[in-house]
Amino acid sequence: MTTNGGGSRTVSTPESSGSRSDATMTDNAPLGSPRVDDAVIESRGLDVFYGDDQALHGIDMDIPERKVTALIGPSGCGKSTFLRSINRMNDLIDIARVEGDLRFHGKNVYDDDVDPVALRRKIGMVFQKPNPFPKSIRDNVAYGLRVQGKDDGDVDAKVRTALERAALLDEVEDQLDSSGLDLSGGQQQRLCIARAIAPDPEVILMDEPASALDPVATSKIEDLVEELSEEYTVVIVTHNMQQAARISDKTAVFLTGGHLVEFDDTNKIFENPESDRVEDYITGKFG
Amino acid sequence: MSQADTTITTGGSSIDDRKNGFIKYVFFSCALVTVLTTLGIILVLIQGSIEFFQHVSIVEYLTGTNWSPVIQPYSYGVLPLVWGTLIITVGSALIAIPVGTATAIYLSEYAEPRVRKVIKPTLEILAGIPTIVYGFFALSFITPVIQFVFPQTGTFNAASGAIVVGIMIIPMVSSLSEDAMSSVPDELRNAAYGLGATKFEVSTNVVVPASLSGVVASYILALSRAIGETMAVTLAVGMTPQITANPLDSIQTMTAYMVQIGISDVSVDSIGYQSLFAVGLTLFILTLAMNMISLWVKSRYREEYQ
Repeated sequence: MTTNGGGSRTVSTPESSGSRSDATMTDNAPLGSPRVDDAVIESRGLDVFYGDDQALHGIDMDIPERKVTALIGPSGCGKSTFLRSINRMNDLIDIARVEGDLRFHGKNVYDDDVDPVALRRKIGMVFQKPNPFPKSIRDNVAYGLRVQGKDDGDVDAKVRTALERAALLDEVEDQLDSSGLDLSGGQQQRLCIARAIAPDPEVILMDEPASALDPVATSKIEDLVEELSEEYTVVIVTHNMQQAARISDKTAVFLTGGHLVEFDDTNKIFENPESDRVEDYITGKFG
Repeated sequence: MSQADTTITTGGSSIDDRKNGFIKYVFFSCALVTVLTTLGIILVLIQGSIEFFQHVSIVEYLTGTNWSPVIQPYSYGVLPLVWGTLIITVGSALIAIPVGTATAIYLSEYAEPRVRKVIKPTLEILAGIPTIVYGFFALSFITPVIQFVFPQTGTFNAASGAIVVGIMIIPMVSSLSEDAMSSVPDELRNAAYGLGATKFEVSTNVVVPASLSGVVASYILALSRAIGETMAVTLAVGMTPQITANPLDSIQTMTAYMVQIGISDVSVDSIGYQSLFAVGLTLFILTLAMNMISLWVKSRYREEYQ
């Protein structure tokens, strides 16, 4: 059982000490409605530490299937940390340590018998900075297929389908063999999205995917995210509140110190949040 | 106001100005030392070689298969020496490239920081051991081991030299390759991990290809070091210039020949002495070519990251 230490100054996040049994409310549940009916991912009392620093305090929320869930909050609030603990990318940081439950289809991904490599094949990821491999566009998209052993049959067709879904095919159709690094920043990011969806994961995690892009490229990414949610569960971190309001169905507000303060339908969060601090944050009074 | 003007115009700080100019020339002359030395070496090699080639035809030198410049019947075919150098170079590459690359991957991708802190300095110590000590190690350890396995092996043999040079250049391959691999941005590793790649897959099909220019450059520099290596091979492989495919035979490399002539009593104006310059020039051109290829590979295949 994990308990949050003292020192929690967040009024709206009670000290964590209650039971984390399944779908019942727990003491560290945020304001709003942290339970959804069709949850793919359930976080229960999730604590993340970097060395002695606690980056997340008892995160308790559900992520619904085939919806866009936005994680918003000021810098350093732990939203990216939470995102990366879903597919265990935090494992790659030596000093990171996780306590509590993070369930994917009811299975705690931090159980000893879970293989993070297998987990990441079901939960794809798109990063803040476009990071195509220094390979051809085709090989970039095919990479996930190759490492996941899904490169039997018509790889080329799968590559084209993924590029099509990422709204990039028209622009790169004649240059599939040229380097992914030759594309513009916005195209590179859509290439990375194509690469993430090519092996057909269930969930796509996006860590501020448009923050390094210009407004036109950003709006293309936003359109794309909404389309992707028809087939995939999308979790997107953003510090752009208008973006969260535009594209997400659910919004989780993290505030400084690694506390999830409120989680609810996006409309509710932006129109009538329960927490005064969330209201101050989304109206731009701080952060 | 006028005071402020004088402190920023050159008239107000003429002393510092002169000092700066002086310091610049000190640094410049230090840089000049190496440039002049290189030029001097090239001139000496070319001058000695010209004298040599007044007596020996270049065609005979480059195509002859018998090398006997001081013992009658004289013969000036350099190929046996080139062959000896080639055997040592290829043999040592067969050892240093796989072991060095694997070490680099281990250090860059697998080793915990604690382990890396021990292994990296150890490798650097290995690189700092005088090469004569390696030669002694070859004679007193590697050769007896080879003789234990193949009893007909002589005291001096090519295999022992190739192995010891291979060990000697491992740190060069591993250290330079590791530098190249560590500079691959973590974003690329994360991209691959995020797609469900294993650590081995990330190392072999993301990190190594992305750092290939640096890795290959390290190979070429290490080979160039193997070509020029002198003391260890002089001790280990013997002084028998011959073209043989048997690694258990004694051979002679270009460098070992130069040692032999350098310390022998041949007279300064003999062809045998002049052959020193011809072989030296050949060696110089070979290693220069290798280093230039290394630079070319590095610039040609360098990946630009944003």
